[in-house]
Amino acid sequence: MTNIGTDRVKRGMAEMQKGGVIMDVINAEQAKIAEQAGAVAVMALERVPSDIRAAGGVARMADPTITEEVMNAVSIPVMAKGRIGHIVEARVLEAMGVDYIDESEVLTPADDVFHLRKSDFTVPFVCGCRNLGEAARRIGEGASMLRTKGEPGTGNIVEAVRHMRQVQSEIRQLTAMSADEVMTFAKDIGAPYNLLLEIREAGCLPVVNFAAGGVATPSDAALMMELGADGVFVGSGIFKSNNPEKFAKAIVEATTHYQDYKLIAELSKDLGAAMKGIEMSTLAAEDRMQDRSE
Amino acid sequence: MTTIGVLALQGAVREHIRAIEACGAQAIEVKRKEQLDEIDGLILPGGESTTMRKLIDSYGFFTAIQAFGEQNKPIFGTCAGLILMASEIDGQTAAHLSLMDMKVARNAFGRQVASFEATLEISHVADDFNAIFIRAPYIMEVGPEVEVLATYQDRIVVAKQGHYVCTAFHPELTDDHRFIAYFVDMVEESKETLASSM
Repeated sequence: MTNIGTDRVKRGMAEMQKGGVIMDVINAEQAKIAEQAGAVAVMALERVPSDIRAAGGVARMADPTITEEVMNAVSIPVMAKGRIGHIVEARVLEAMGVDYIDESEVLTPADDVFHLRKSDFTVPFVCGCRNLGEAARRIGEGASMLRTKGEPGTGNIVEAVRHMRQVQSEIRQLTAMSADEVMTFAKDIGAPYNLLLEIREAGCLPVVNFAAGGVATPSDAALMMELGADGVFVGSGIFKSNNPEKFAKAIVEATTHYQDYKLIAELSKDLGAAMKGIEMSTLAAEDRMQDRSE
Repeated sequence: MTTIGVLALQGAVREHIRAIEACGAQAIEVKRKEQLDEIDGLILPGGESTTMRKLIDSYGFFTAIQAFGEQNKPIFGTCAGLILMASEIDGQTAAHLSLMDMKVARNAFGRQVASFEATLEISHVADDFNAIFIRAPYIMEVGPEVEVLATYQDRIVVAKQGHYVCTAFHPELTDDHRFIAYFVDMVEESKETLASSM
């Protein structure tokens, strides 16, 4: 008996990425730099989040030419983003053989009510979350991997920190709860009841949870690992820096050795200017990508 | 007590630690090469082999792991670990640790959408092992000293050469700890042999 697309195979793929860095790339050349630096996967995009932010308009799935070019350039897994609720973009990415799909709020949502029913697909999905309710809804729909939403393309880690802490704090609350309190908690946070029972029993989420949305320096990556992230997505940070090769390698090493502070000090030297970044209070409500779905 | 280390540079480390402990041995995460002196056996976990190799080089693990193996201490590689142990990699000019006399192909069953679960018959271990293959490699050819323990559709997916063993799949991802128990037994036997030869 051979089975493809099972939960174990889809979630297991993300387990293999743990402790690693997944980098946004927009062409074959960047993908090769990422692979050389030790990225565990690349995310193929038409534009990195900070450029999507700057360009405005509707952001969609990348031109398949770019995704294919990246897939042909590297042997590590290739992920790609599809719009929230866009069944056809997701099916197209699956048909192309992409290894993981990010149903992503960085792109303009195609459906502002419903997310994809991800359990229908053979390809696994990663989704963003800000709290346990959102995490559990995405897992309920079939996501095999989670990441914090953070606030993409800002180079500001504060939102990713908030989301990672929130999820963990709610898991701790849940595990301390008596069984008869779980249903009301499920109602309050809008989470599937049975999944909460499972999380309460295990003491952790059944899928890995990476940090994403604002990682701009090696210390940022290490901070997210310190807070319990299973790994790190870096979007605009790397290829917007002056020396992408060095920067990418520094982020990878800081993620592996996140408690080796002397090493992180060494890695952080002479990296050149990091992204300028955006302070949250200057970001208008309509520009907050994290609020595009729940 | 027998102590088994899991190379903890990247990948599915936690699952191996749990599985080792479930088999009654002590498990530690190996992040620095000095820790190799504290362990009786080593697991190279699944993950991305290219990433692990970079980090192996960055932290001086390359010769340290080879030296560990030369002391006749057992090493077990899963998936990416299998690739690291091979003496030849299809389509690449250079191999990694070259611990086992075998040629392997990376991502040999296809991309992630082709990843699968299947029931395997594994010599010395089980005849009904549910094996999880994720962007898995397989072994194309083996040298005379390598014993083939399992095949899937005529492709070699489990092999052993003396105190080295490897699987193309991930025994750490299920609650069936029989394969890890087999490795723990290997480590315990080698520990006794090494102690009596001193």
